[in-house]
Amino acid sequence: MFETVITLEQFLQASIDTLYMVGMSLLIGSLVGIPLGIALVVTRPGGILENKIFYSILNPLINIVRSLPFIILMVAIIPFTRMIVGTSIGTNAAIVPLIIFISPFIARLVENSLLEVNPGIIEAAESMGATPFQIIWHFLLPEAFGSLILSITTATIGLIGATAMAGTVGGGGVGDLAIVYGYQRFDTFAMVTTVIILVIFVQIIQSTGNALARKARKE
Amino acid sequence: MIEMKSVYKTYKRKDVTTEALKGIDLKVEEGDIFGVIGYSGAGKSTLVRLVNYLERPTDGEVIVDGQVLNHLSDSQLRAMKKQIGMIFQHFNLLESKTIFDNVAIPLVLAKKPKEEIKQRVMELLDFVGLREKAKSYPRELSGGQKQRVGIARALASNPKILLCDEATSALDPQTTQSILQLLKRVNQEYNITIMIITHEMSVIQEVCNRVAVMEAGEIIEEGSVLDVFGHPKHPTTKNFVKTVIHNSIPESVKRSLKKTGDSKVFRVEVKGEVASEPIVHQVMKAHDIEVNILFANMTEIQETTLVIMYLQIAGEASAIEKAVQFLKDKGAGVEEVVE
Repeated sequence: MFETVITLEQFLQASIDTLYMVGMSLLIGSLVGIPLGIALVVTRPGGILENKIFYSILNPLINIVRSLPFIILMVAIIPFTRMIVGTSIGTNAAIVPLIIFISPFIARLVENSLLEVNPGIIEAAESMGATPFQIIWHFLLPEAFGSLILSITTATIGLIGATAMAGTVGGGGVGDLAIVYGYQRFDTFAMVTTVIILVIFVQIIQSTGNALARKARKE
Repeated sequence: MIEMKSVYKTYKRKDVTTEALKGIDLKVEEGDIFGVIGYSGAGKSTLVRLVNYLERPTDGEVIVDGQVLNHLSDSQLRAMKKQIGMIFQHFNLLESKTIFDNVAIPLVLAKKPKEEIKQRVMELLDFVGLREKAKSYPRELSGGQKQRVGIARALASNPKILLCDEATSALDPQTTQSILQLLKRVNQEYNITIMIITHEMSVIQEVCNRVAVMEAGEIIEEGSVLDVFGHPKHPTTKNFVKTVIHNSIPESVKRSLKKTGDSKVFRVEVKGEVASEPIVHQVMKAHDIEVNILFANMTEIQETTLVIMYLQIAGEASAIEKAVQFLKDKGAGVEEVVE
């Protein structure tokens, strides 16, 4: 019943590729997205470093990138990807659009997390004569930490979905297997297995995120 | 210590302009516990935020400890703010940090050495009676305990001024009492000037020595607490005073009051030492009059007794006049009540 041409090695390799793409784009995406999210919060009207010009450029820019579905974004920036990594096929090539996709998403999630922080805390910080950097570092980020972990968790799961789409341009990973074997060759076993692997990934990431967030919130 | 000279604060949002403060003149002396009372929307929260420049005045000068805040740069302002502690109605503690770390924050911001921070924080926690809670988190504390942490945190940087923004409004009466006693100790033991914003007259009565009453962005009455409580002039002030001191003749007494031709009703107010003398007895003994006490109330303000009485005095007009003079000579405030 479960006749398949895929080997165990292929599954392993695909899982590693997926984790690699998710890990790399999450790391670089966070390095870009978290500062952008902070920038959105502090420069917004009424923020601690209010800056109308900066905010009114950054805010719509993030919306523009966010409004592109990943599959379109990926194809649209192929020339750019080629310029950066020299090719538009493969795992490394997939990471470029993944970063561009996830950074603004992380920025929005971080923005939401930071906006949840009680404004009274910021007022207390200002009354102590804290500098804007100190307010961010000693007040905003620690108070939002639990919520930030959940935001990154959501971003990670979003990335797993996106890496599966990267499979359509030969990005590799579990999604690639599902499309090349499961969909194009009617290999039910490959399809079911990839679905199970993806479900397991998501479950592990979500429960780890929840546990870390609970710990951060001292519950 | 704190001075405001014709301070205006106007908020503009689109086409709507709100005048929060309309020409405030104010002087708080060193060592004062200065109360600002008013109904919500009177502008008192804006007023207190001008002192540490969380709000900037639209016009006018704010002078703190000899420095005109309007002239200071951002970094000079931050240095100034370290001289001014502030506590809040909802405490504003960091939920993610322990009590120790919350109190330590101003010292961490000032980049003090670890050993010094530890010593100072434990000293402050001792002062507010929460040493054993150092490792707890704010969520594990009661409202009163949280405010104690707030006070410890505000004192960490050795400020000269402590601002209290409705600091007891979220607390029950008993906890309010203990927080007010703590504020008194802060004032006496650390010689810190305190400015208290509240809508509760009992808070003013309990700890303040001076009070300003605010309404619609203006100070409508200001003076020593004893004077304002004894002689409120503005109707709003009278309403506030009424919440803690009964100073009018009860309706039932008024109705049963027999109006006779040879009697007059006087409001007699006695303060301090005189209040412990038997003046009613003395005035009756020295003059040919009859005295009927319609109403009497004794209140303690600032460890001084304030007595307000309504006396119906009967007798010949000249005798009544002499009796009134006798009371005035004793230091009582006497006013005839004309119904």
